[in-house]
Formats: sequence, C-alpha cells, structure tokens
Amino acid sequence: MTIWSRLRSWLRALLRRSQMESEMDAELRFHMEAYAEDLVRSGMAREEATRRARLEFGGVERVKEEGREARGVNLVESLLRDLRYGASNMLRTPGFTAITVLTLALGIGATTAIFSAVNPILFESLPYPRPERIMVISEFGADSSRTRVAFHTYRELAARSRSFENLAVTKIWQPTLVTPREPERFDGQFVSAGYFRVLGVPPFLGRDFEPSDDRFHGPHVVILSDALWRRRFGGDAAIIGRKITLDDNSYTVIGVMPNTFENVLVPSAELWTPLQYDPGHIADSQTREWGNHLRMAGRLQPGASIDQASRELKAIAGDPVPEFPRPPWASHEQGFIVNSLQDDVTRSVKPALLAVLGAVLLVLVIACVNVTNLLLARGVRRRAEFALRTALGAGRTRLIRQLLTESLLLAATGGVAGMAVAQLGVRALVALSPAELPRVNSIGVDGPVFAFGLGITTLIGLVVGLIPALRASRNEPQIALQESSQRTVGGHRRTRSALVVVEVALALVLLVSSGLLLRSLQLLFAVAPGFDASRLLTMQVQTYGRRYDDDATCNRFFAQALEAVRNVPGVSAAAFTSQLPLSGDADVYGVQFENASDPNDVEPAFRYGVAPGYFETMGIPLRRGRLFNAQDAAGLPMRPVLINESLAKRRYPGQDPIGQRIRFGGPPNRPWDIIVGVVGDVKQTSLAVSQSDAVYVTTAQWLWADGTQWLVVRTRGDAAALAPAVRQAIWSVDKDQPVVRVATMGALLAASAAQRHFALILFETFALVALMLAGAGIYGVLSGSVAERTREIGVRLALGATNQSILALVIRQGMTLTGIGVAFGLAGAAAASQAIAAMLFGVSPLDPVTYLGVIVLLAAMSVIACGVPALRAMRVDPIVALRYE
Amino acid sequence: MDKQLELLQGTLDMLILKAVSLGPLHGYGVLLRIQQISKDRLEIQQGSLYPALYRLEHQGWIASEWGESENKRKAKYYRLTAAGKRRLQTESEKWNRMADLIAGILDTKREEV
Repeated sequence: MTIWSRLRSWLRALLRRSQMESEMDAELRFHMEAYAEDLVRSGMAREEATRRARLEFGGVERVKEEGREARGVNLVESLLRDLRYGASNMLRTPGFTAITVLTLALGIGATTAIFSAVNPILFESLPYPRPERIMVISEFGADSSRTRVAFHTYRELAARSRSFENLAVTKIWQPTLVTPREPERFDGQFVSAGYFRVLGVPPFLGRDFEPSDDRFHGPHVVILSDALWRRRFGGDAAIIGRKITLDDNSYTVIGVMPNTFENVLVPSAELWTPLQYDPGHIADSQTREWGNHLRMAGRLQPGASIDQASRELKAIAGDPVPEFPRPPWASHEQGFIVNSLQDDVTRSVKPALLAVLGAVLLVLVIACVNVTNLLLARGVRRRAEFALRTALGAGRTRLIRQLLTESLLLAATGGVAGMAVAQLGVRALVALSPAELPRVNSIGVDGPVFAFGLGITTLIGLVVGLIPALRASRNEPQIALQESSQRTVGGHRRTRSALVVVEVALALVLLVSSGLLLRSLQLLFAVAPGFDASRLLTMQVQTYGRRYDDDATCNRFFAQALEAVRNVPGVSAAAFTSQLPLSGDADVYGVQFENASDPNDVEPAFRYGVAPGYFETMGIPLRRGRLFNAQDAAGLPMRPVLINESLAKRRYPGQDPIGQRIRFGGPPNRPWDIIVGVVGDVKQTSLAVSQSDAVYVTTAQWLWADGTQWLVVRTRGDAAALAPAVRQAIWSVDKDQPVVRVATMGALLAASAAQRHFALILFETFALVALMLAGAGIYGVLSGSVAERTREIGVRLALGATNQSILALVIRQGMTLTGIGVAFGLAGAAAASQAIAAMLFGVSPLDPVTYLGVIVLLAAMSVIACGVPALRAMRVDPIVALRYE
Repeated sequence: MDKQLELLQGTLDMLILKAVSLGPLHGYGVLLRIQQISKDRLEIQQGSLYPALYRLEHQGWIASEWGESENKRKAKYYRLTAAGKRRLQTESEKWNRMADLIAGILDTKREEV
C-alpha cells in the first residue's frame, strides 16, 4: 500500500512536474502571506511583517529543493539534468574532452586487455569439474625442481595410495599419418586408462579408455579430438569403430572428445592412445618402464586435501615393499611434490603475468591522476559557476553529485573507447605471447573481462571526480565570487602539485622496472651459449615404420641422411645429435664416478648421443684430450665418452680427467666408460640456467638406436634459406620420414628468452605511456600556475626581475615537483624491483646504472615539460599583466 | 522556562502526524497547531515544515487536497491516512517506551546500581 502510494506520488511528481512546481509555489506563498497577515493583525506594519515572514521562513529555494528531494523527483530528474548538462559541457570543451577521454581509453583499454590475458590463466579455475581436486605429482629433482616419474613408480602409487580417486600418467605421442603428398605428423598423448577420468571429461562420442585397453601388447585404439574429427573425418559420427593408419599400424577409433574439452597438460594434442607399458620385469632397471619421463596427474578423493595426499605419498616413499623394488634413482628419499594442476600449468608464467598486471595498474593510476588534474584545472575555471549555483541554493551534495555525474560520463566515454583499445590490445598480446603461455585460446574480451572493464570505468569515474568535486563544493561563495581569490587558487595548486608528485613517482617505478628488464635481456643475450649460434640450421628427424625397429636399419638411415645433407651445396658441416641445446628438451641420466667413495654418489647429466663431427659443426671447443672419430664404433670393450669442462673441474680437481672412468646410463654392474676428452660447457635448458653437466657418447655406442634425432647444419650463407634443400636431401633417402621443428639456432635463442622479451615489450610500452602522461601532468600544472600568476610575474618584471630569474622561477617550481616525485619513486622502485626479481638476470634489483639513467631521463622530460610554460612566463608583458585585473 | 527548545532530530514527523490527526490542516495551520499545543515552547524552523510534509505525503501517511482557508483563500489541506494513523500509533508507543526508559536511566541513584 505504501509502496504503491509512494510510486504513484513519484510518478505524479515526474509526469506533472510543472503543475507540482506551481502548487509548491502557491503553498509556500500562502504560508508566508498568512503569517504576515497574522503579524499585521498583532500590530506590525505591513512592510515589516512581509519582511519578517520571509526571513523566518528561511531560504525558499532551499526548501523547494528539499521538497523535490523528499518526493524523490530529484533522483531521476536531476540525473537526467546532470547528464544533459555534463554532455553539453563535454561538447563545449572538445579539446579537454578529447584529451581526458583518450587518456582514460588508454588506461582502461590497456588494463582490460592485460586482465583478459591474466584472468583465465591466474584467476579462473580450469575448465574441468571440481578442478581444485586435480593434482600433478612429481619427483624431487636437483634443487627441489620437479621431475617426471617412472611407470613403475606410478604403478606403486596407484596400488598403495588411498588419497586419489584416480591416477594417470602420460607422455607425448607424435604419430605420423602418411599421405600421398607429405608425411603429416600429429601431436598426441600416450595415456594410462584413467587420464580422462582424472580430468573429469569423458568423450562425447563413443567410450573412454578402459583398463583392458591399457595393457602390454593391448589393442591399438585411439580417441580423437573434436577438431581433428571435424578436420580429417568431416565430423562423421560413424567414425566410431573405424580403423585409421598411424605409424604403419592400424588403430580403431573408439571415441571423440567434446569440442569444449581443453587439454591444459598438452594443449596441442589431438589424439590419445593407451600407454601400454609392461608391468612385468620390475626388477630390470634398464627398461623404459623405469625411465623418469612420465607426467603423473591424479584426482583427489572427495574430502582429501593436498597436504594429506602429500603426507600419504611421503609415507609410501619411506616404506618400500617387496612387490615394488626400486632402482637407486627412484628411491623417493624426499617423497613427492604434489601440486594442483592449476599451479603446475601456470607457475612458469605467473611472475611475469603478475608483474605485467602490476605495471598496467600503475599506468591506469597515472592516467587517473592526469585526468583528476585536468578536472581540477577545469574546476578552477568553473569556480564562478559553482559559486553562483551555491548562492542560488544548490546544496553541497547536489553539486558533488553533478560533478560526479560529469566525471562518470567522461569515464564512460573513455570506457567505451577503452573496450576498442582492449580488443586491439588482446590481439597484439596473443600475437606477442611466448609459447609457454598456457590457455592462450581462452584469452579474449568475454563476459568477466567486460564486467571488469565496466567495473574499473565506474570506479575511475568516481575516483577522478571525487577530489575535484569536493574541492569545488568547498568554495565559499562570497570568496569565490570576488574573482581573484588567491586562497582557493593556492589550495588547488597544492592538490595538483601533490598529484604531479604521485605521477612522477609512479612513472619512475615503471621506468626502473622496464630498465632492469632491458638490462637483463641485454646481459642474457650476451651470455655465450657455449657454441657458435650463427648460420646454424636445426631440425628434428623422426623415423617411423616397423622396419626402423631394427637398430642397424635405423642407424643406417641416419648415416645415409647425414651423407646426403653434407652434399647439399651451401652446407659446410652437419651432424646428428639425440638432444639439441635450447630445444626445450631435457634427456638426463645418472653418472657414477669410479673415484667416488660412495657408490650411491650419482650426479645427473644431460645425455648427448652424437655423430662424429657434432662438435666441429656446433663449434663446441675441445678443452683436453680428443673428440670422437670414426673408430669409436660399437663393440669396443670400453666405451669412450666426453664430458663438459665444469663437471671435469668439479669431479677431478687438480687431476687429469682423461683416462678416468665413469658409468653412465646403464645397469649398476655394467662396464666402466672411459673419459677421452673434455669439451666446453653448453647451455641446454636456457641461457639463464647455468646447469650444463653433460656426457657425450657416440650414437652407435648408446644403449639403443635413437629413433628421433636432431640434425644440426652449419651453412655458408643464410641458414633458414637452406631448410627446403636439406629436407629434400633427407627425403631422398626415405621420403616417408617426418622432418619437424625446423628452426635456426638464432630463433631458438630468441625463444628461450621469449617470456622475458614479452614482459619487456609490455613494460617498455607502459613506461613510455607513463613518461608521456607524467610529462603532460607537469606541463599542465606549470602552465596553469603561470597563467594564474601572470599578475605576479608582471609585478616582478615591472620591479626589475630579469627574464632569467623568471625562467628560473618556473623551472625551479617544476623541478622541485620532479625531485620530490623522484624521491618517493625511488622507494617505490626498490620495492617493485624485488617483485620482478624472478625475471631479472645478471642485474641487481638495485642496479645503479638503471636507476641513474631513469632519473636523468625523467629530469630531461621535466625540463622539456617546464620549458614551454617558462618561455610563456618570460614573455609576459608587465603592462598587460597589471591591467589584466 | 521561557527559552524555546530545539526540536529533537526526527521528531518533527511525529508532531506533524499528531497535528493533522486532530483534523485536516494546511501547512501554516500545522505550524500554528504545534505551537499552540506546545504552548510556544518548541522552536520550529518554518521552512523545514514543508520538506517534512512532502516526505510524509510521499510515504503515504498523509494525503492532501486543495481547499479554502478561513479567510477564503486557496490552501492545501493535509489529513491523516489510515496508514498514517497506524504509523502515529506505533511511533507514539515507541516514543513513550523510549522516554520512560531514558527517564528511568537518568533517575537511577547510586544505591540502585
């Protein structure tokens, strides 16, 4: 009832506004006249009575305003009026509007774009049911790094652990489909039967893998991704049960995954087949089932926590049972690392993303500060207008509301433009993103991103409007109406100066951070990789087909292919290796030293199975002894090996390593290998990682023939240009062998620093924008202050001040602001640089060169920003300035 | 005792409801009646009466219509609605309870604690 009557009165107030106004007028007039009448009746003169009645009634306009408010008219009515007024204000000052909207659009757009990239990776949960229960389980590697697990370890945990509903292991599978044109290779995964159950997503067509599929020598079955099913098989539902040929084998398609399925562990995988490892022969540590090369994931039981699971696995690790004997490298002394899948997928990019997010927020703050400054400056110009409105009865809240509406309108316009900027930004981000960025496909301007943009736009509208609105509404009308009040102007100037100080400080933080990143990247690229990276072409050659199951055939193919490649014109040297530096792969085995007192003293080292000529091709220097030659073939009683310099220095201090013996990658009782040479250290993982212990063996003398090898080719001219000819040479030996991952070593070097490079580009962009905005801020404050002080400057000039002293006056003012800003900024930068420490390389977070350089840059920018207002101040004509008032 | 008391915050609404509960009144009449009942001991800012009247009308506790004043002039008369009557009732009860409570607290003597 009351709600209805309230609504009715509100509607009436809105719709019959003019009638209501006149009624209100009449009512109030009646009151005053009736009162005056009473006063006259009590003996007062009529004129005096009318005056008294008015006086005692109070401000009529204010009463009417409050009356409108009480009826709820003002809510919508005044909002519309404010919007109209604000819009016409924006149009009246197009320059001001353009600058503010552009500044806000840049800030909002950049922030929204970055948020769209960061949100799915860091904040959104993974697209699986109960994703928080999906864990990745790893072995402890060197320095507590995470290492993959062996099949038998998985079996032991699957049999003994109770914390997990399901456990699964997986490794990369790259099957080849032969077509009449070229062999096409797919990315896929070998998985144990529970893989999709761990993720919680079943196939939408056909069936999931069952334990009966995943047995040694089991049936060849395959599940396809939605994309592959549509691309190669026309989305035909009759695919289930059909046979397709992969790697010379016939596979039965048993399922198709839904198109919403996102496979974050191996995003490029398009087909899946059971792992089918051998659960027998557990005592034989020389089988692939004991190689630490599987990724293990598990789904926690409902109610089980990470801590619980990790404690349980540690207990299992510490309590070996006879059914599951373990070789020395799988003793699990430290237990296992249990991490959520989310953490596992995002941890490598998290520091960079958070740093970039922080940087863009700083830019946003600077943009807001600039707009606040502009609004304050405009507030000074509109002082008289506000004073007049206050005098006419506009309440303080009314005034604040109007100014906030105006700033919200500005922010909303900026926000709309910002969404366009964000769209472009997202596209640029995805194009720039380093390969290791997970979930790239889910980056885009979607619902949450849009909500975020809307949220910050509103927030900005309120924040940038608040200080100017409070300042403007504080004007005492009498003072402001007398035009030249220096008091209020002074107050404005102080606020604006404070804001400029903030801007300079924030810009300094950004500049220092990007300066440090720039120096890191310079130092990183100055790191010697340990070989000559120029004019070096690399590619991976895979053998496929049953005939290559024979080691001799496999080795013969690579030998013939190498011969063919060496004959290609433009090739100066070529060799095969089992593992390529900076390729992102890591093939690690344990080394046992004959001179070690403890037989369990086993060190990990990269294993390179190389063809003779590898070191010459790569340009890896020989430090002692000899390189491999044609005589180092299979069948020698003692296998000759080469080791790297650091390992030799560490294990054989003051001794000659040549002739010393080690055991590398074999059963504990196999014969010793003899060290015949020492070569220079080579960066394997990335330029920033110093771990480079390596053992080199000839391909022919390794435990098995490597079916997949890397070809390195030193060219005389441009390396990339020779790629087609080299590929043809390999196919001249066997046209069905896939040649993949073709890249120049230069490109691999760049890719190994891609994440830093990505962060650097964004930081540089943001720092540049910040520098420009801070410059504009200083310029704005100084030119405003010169304009306000025209009379003072005129007086000074008239009293004999020189041009130089006026120049000095203005520049001093600007540089003081910069100086204070720099002081605050230095403290901020020192803190911020700690936050990006993980991305720095070879440079201290407090690197004096960077800090000094940035300060000089900021000072130079300030001088320029001061220059124009200073010159204007010098040209003030004392006569004009004095007449001005 | 001659000095006028300032109106307690939030009590004007109650007084207006009481005033019009005794019979329809125009705005000036409301003022006069409150002064008359209170024997001129309350100070009411005349202008502040109207926003309060509009608020009460907006909330549906009083209703208004134009009529003729004692000296034959057009004036807007306010009367209590049914909802307003209930409101006045609950407000008065609340006020009385509060007043008793406060008075009780203020009268408390040391030995009673």
